[in-house]
Amino acid sequence: MLCDECGGNAACVHMIKVLNGVKTEKHLCEACASSAGEDCFSTGIHFSVNDLVKAMFSQELDATTTPELSCPNCGMDFADFSRFGKIGCSVCYGIFHEQLEPILRRVHGTSCHTGKVPLKAGDAVRLRLKVKGLRQDLDRSVQCEDYENAAKIRDSIRLLEKELQAEGAESDGQ
Amino acid sequence: MDNKNKTLFDCRVPPWMEQAGPEGDIVLSSRIRLARNLNGVPFPGQADEEQLKQIGNRVSFSVQDLINADEGHQYQMLDMELLTEQERRILVEKHLTSLKHVQDPLNRSLIIRDDTAVSIMVNEEDHFRIQSLTAGLNLRSAWKMADETDNLLEARQGFAFSEDLGYLTSCPTNLGTGLRASVMMHLPGLVLLGQMHRIVEVSTQLGMAVRGFYGEGTEAFGNVFQVSNQQTLGFNETEIVNNVLGLARQVVEQERAARRMLMSDSGEELADRVWRAYGILRHARSISGQEALGLLSAVRLGIDMGIISHLPAAVFTELIIGTRSCVVTRMAQVDKMEKMERNRLRAKLIRERIKGGNDDV
Repeated sequence: MLCDECGGNAACVHMIKVLNGVKTEKHLCEACASSAGEDCFSTGIHFSVNDLVKAMFSQELDATTTPELSCPNCGMDFADFSRFGKIGCSVCYGIFHEQLEPILRRVHGTSCHTGKVPLKAGDAVRLRLKVKGLRQDLDRSVQCEDYENAAKIRDSIRLLEKELQAEGAESDGQ
Repeated sequence: MDNKNKTLFDCRVPPWMEQAGPEGDIVLSSRIRLARNLNGVPFPGQADEEQLKQIGNRVSFSVQDLINADEGHQYQMLDMELLTEQERRILVEKHLTSLKHVQDPLNRSLIIRDDTAVSIMVNEEDHFRIQSLTAGLNLRSAWKMADETDNLLEARQGFAFSEDLGYLTSCPTNLGTGLRASVMMHLPGLVLLGQMHRIVEVSTQLGMAVRGFYGEGTEAFGNVFQVSNQQTLGFNETEIVNNVLGLARQVVEQERAARRMLMSDSGEELADRVWRAYGILRHARSISGQEALGLLSAVRLGIDMGIISHLPAAVFTELIIGTRSCVVTRMAQVDKMEKMERNRLRAKLIRERIKGGNDDV
């Protein structure tokens, strides 16, 4: 008997699997059996990040009462997210913003980016994000009762806000 | 075979790893990964073949930008479909790409620097996955390399970005910075003292993950662990890098303390364990990849602790890469090899590499 997987070598591992009353047989050679080992003898408790994300999408799907939405760009809907555990495209994030927000808070504890900004995003975005990051620092300093540092941060925020206003006036004038 | 690809497939120690980096006795390497996507184009999981092909075509123009900006280095774009199955597997074994990336090689490619320290996976889970590697505990310079590569790539591509959510990714767990900073560490002392669960517990509380680098779940063959950040949103890149760096430094200290304790409390048992491992590796006629990892770990610990003096520490790195299945098979200049035959060849390669010195004493 030849291996069911590669069809090349002689099968030496014979498996009979009964799942919910359905019996399946598989005959594999040594190499295919060892590479398939995890699937064949899986106890079903293997759990990946992707499974966790799928579960979170499903939970949100059950909780949400909004009418069925789908992304005009890639065609995915929220049920697809829970099936794949993945988002379809960048446009989805805007379309499903409301439903995704609680999931992002659960994964990251926040839903607010304070990191790098693409060069093409423009100075205004960069300044706004910098202010956002500084506000977080300010909160932390106040919590630690480091008022001296908090005052410095507050001054930096004011300076940046002035810059932002100037930036806004400039782009209005264009 | 193209000569420049010798480094990629035949070289056992990548050029960037030839010099041990900071904390090189415990930290093997530092890695930064950035997830980036094109605006408006379905993520690879949803894109059709034509869209995937277009993405590959678009990014191919960035290869020359990388060459122009990175003096002294060459870059090439490897079409996964044009590589042999063995070559693809070797790239996975060397962690230059992922299993997911090579499973369906059509329209998948890898842009890679000649020393393999910088690479970009095209059409993996995200359109682009930028990766940079440095020897030892050196996350800051790995971040610098990845950041520069990101800027060069962005110059031609419009990345999907939202002011609130940051860089948009296929999986929400990578959203924001798209940054995963990880440090690969050899921790035999903490494993021997049964302290790893404590490290894992503390790391989880700090929003970090510690997992075995080889093997699934709680198993860590070769006592090699990877420490990395879990959260990518809400922290900026410098904070993430510093957090992982901070945790890695603490783990280094704990490992050093564990080794000191082992040496002072049970020095003889430790030496026995090391020499037994060496004995098997020195004389075995057949060995599995998994067994080799465990024994090589003990030998490396022996080198670090001054128990074995005739071998350089780099032997460990060289042999953990050099004893992966596809790398061994390639050494025999064949495409495929039976497991038993491969185990015999693996044992022979190890014997030849570690012989000599005072091992007959």
